[in-house]
Amino acid sequence: MRLAIREGGAIGTALGFFLVVVSLMPLGLGPDLNLLARIAAGILWIALLLAALLSLNRIFEADYEDGTLDVLATGPLPLELVTVAKSLAHWITTGIPLAIMAPVLGILLNLDLAAYPVLVATTLLGTPAVSFLGAIGAALTMKTRRGGLLLAVIVLPLYVPTLIFGISAVAAGAGPSGFGASFLILAAISLTTIVLGPLAAAAALKVQLQ
Amino acid sequence: MQLIAEDLVIDRGSRRVIDGLSFAVKAGEALLLTGANGVGKTTLLRTLAGYIRPFRGHIRLDGGDAELTVGEQAHVVGHTNAIKSSLSVAENAAFWNAYLDAGESAAPRTEAALRHFGLEDLSDFPAAYLSAGQKRRLGLARLLVARRPLWLLDEPTSSLDTASSERLVAAVNEHTQSGGLAVIATHLPLALERVRTLNLAAQRVAA
Amino acid sequence: MQTLTQRLANPTRFMELSARLLPWISAASAILLAYGLYLAFIDSPADYQQGETVRIMYIHVPCAWLSMMVYGVIAVSSFGLLVFRHPLADVSAKAAAPLGAAFTFLALLTGSLWGKPMWGTYWVWDARLTSVLILFFLYLGLIALRSALEDEGAAAKLTAILALVGVTILPIIKFSVDWWNTLHQPSTDFTSTVDPSMRLPLLVMAAAFTLLFFAMHLKAMRNEILRRRVKALRTQAVAGRDRLAAHATTQGAAE
Repeated sequence: MRLAIREGGAIGTALGFFLVVVSLMPLGLGPDLNLLARIAAGILWIALLLAALLSLNRIFEADYEDGTLDVLATGPLPLELVTVAKSLAHWITTGIPLAIMAPVLGILLNLDLAAYPVLVATTLLGTPAVSFLGAIGAALTMKTRRGGLLLAVIVLPLYVPTLIFGISAVAAGAGPSGFGASFLILAAISLTTIVLGPLAAAAALKVQLQ
Repeated sequence: MQLIAEDLVIDRGSRRVIDGLSFAVKAGEALLLTGANGVGKTTLLRTLAGYIRPFRGHIRLDGGDAELTVGEQAHVVGHTNAIKSSLSVAENAAFWNAYLDAGESAAPRTEAALRHFGLEDLSDFPAAYLSAGQKRRLGLARLLVARRPLWLLDEPTSSLDTASSERLVAAVNEHTQSGGLAVIATHLPLALERVRTLNLAAQRVAA
Repeated sequence: MQTLTQRLANPTRFMELSARLLPWISAASAILLAYGLYLAFIDSPADYQQGETVRIMYIHVPCAWLSMMVYGVIAVSSFGLLVFRHPLADVSAKAAAPLGAAFTFLALLTGSLWGKPMWGTYWVWDARLTSVLILFFLYLGLIALRSALEDEGAAAKLTAILALVGVTILPIIKFSVDWWNTLHQPSTDFTSTVDPSMRLPLLVMAAAFTLLFFAMHLKAMRNEILRRRVKALRTQAVAGRDRLAAHATTQGAAE
């Protein structure tokens, strides 16, 4: 979709943030490799969430400021589909790179080797939820100054299920029993947000355009 | 085709901006909205475009496409230009052509649009390098790309010099001549043909 | 025949009705509260396991129930605003949010105080406390969003959207927290089964708190309506005093 391709991304900043936060963890927690290995999945997921948040509030802001959003709203595509395109673009430009970088940073945390493929799989599966739920927050906070902070406050509680099942899936996947329920639930959550997120985000955008 | 507004009542926040306004615009006609700042020109335009829902009253486009809303048959050029600085002039125009009107070949129409506003030699430059007036012209060029029957323009001559304003007037005249409609908010005179004026402060329509 | 909500929709009627109801509700809530506290602290037996500290439960549990109920009130109000455009819906949602946040905070506080004697720490990440904590964040989000937006009309609708998103995700959050809890610790049941002799004080306190909420909610709604009236009057005054305003005002500004 043409819309999706037009997105640039603050991807460099987000990746850099991811790296810095993960690196800070051992500094704060101590270099005990056993400890780090145990909590690695958690640290990586949380840092990934925070890094993705960084670029979220720009999804709609730029288009609102230069008037593009006005034109997009009266085009042939319903605003819901426009939101899908934007969220998808965010996932492709931010979510996927972060998901790919996660195992690399796992090295810093002595992540168990068996967990690597599982980690990538779960983050790839869970990051759509981050983008699509985050789009709701972005639409709600589009016009506020320092909207990024408000966005984080609003959206982080909504990420709790994704976080819990994402980490649980990594733990389960690295263990003997393979993927199992957490993985499926994570997939279900992501799929639900892909469908419902744009509805809420588009509703918010319509209010903002008045 | 006729744009008909009946008994429009529009609120912004707790303020009733428009109270019981009715007017009609026939095909081939341009309606100028005049009045002091704050009287509601932008509000009325945005309501016609479909962004704002009127508290009461109806807006319809008789003779238009029954499947589409009025807003979907209109094209708005407001205070902003909807230009992406990182793309070139031609790329901006091509994007809007592709987005707004799928299925038509891009090049001839966008070239004609750029040519009308004197931007054809700039088509490969990044839009960021354009002056304010040139950006306005690019924003207005989108009207020629969108090919909608109803044009809604909000202070279109801002940032434009005399020559560019003349091009705009020519574009509107051509549009109305071929049966299009236009509603234009302005507080500067525009030498348009087939034009009527609606002074929002007095809410009277003058021929 | 108009429905109750339709008749209440007119703010003036609402003000009249609430003015008459408010003293009764306040009185009833005060009486029930007194009775409940008496039952809770004097009349009911101490728990054989927990001793006297179980009495905190009589405040903690009703607060937790209320924190969820108030979110329900906000959700219904938000629905009423977005779908039915009910004129008082936004007033209700706006008034309820801080109250809900307060009850949630009280629930967390009393839960923490209750926990200290039981587990030895002021906080424990069990399923229920964690869910209440996240609910608290949802309330904070609502309040933060509304206060960040200057346009009141937009703020009303956007906050309503957020409330509906929250109420939709809430069951999923609850489910995920329960899941997380069973993964990480064997279920230490927070509440032992409630002895029948304890049920009465609990119910009385719950009813008392509910009435208390309604009383405060009505009062807050009345305040909000009055505040909006003042604001509308001031806005009109500003428009009427503008010497450069070109239009002949039909409202007749006093010159």
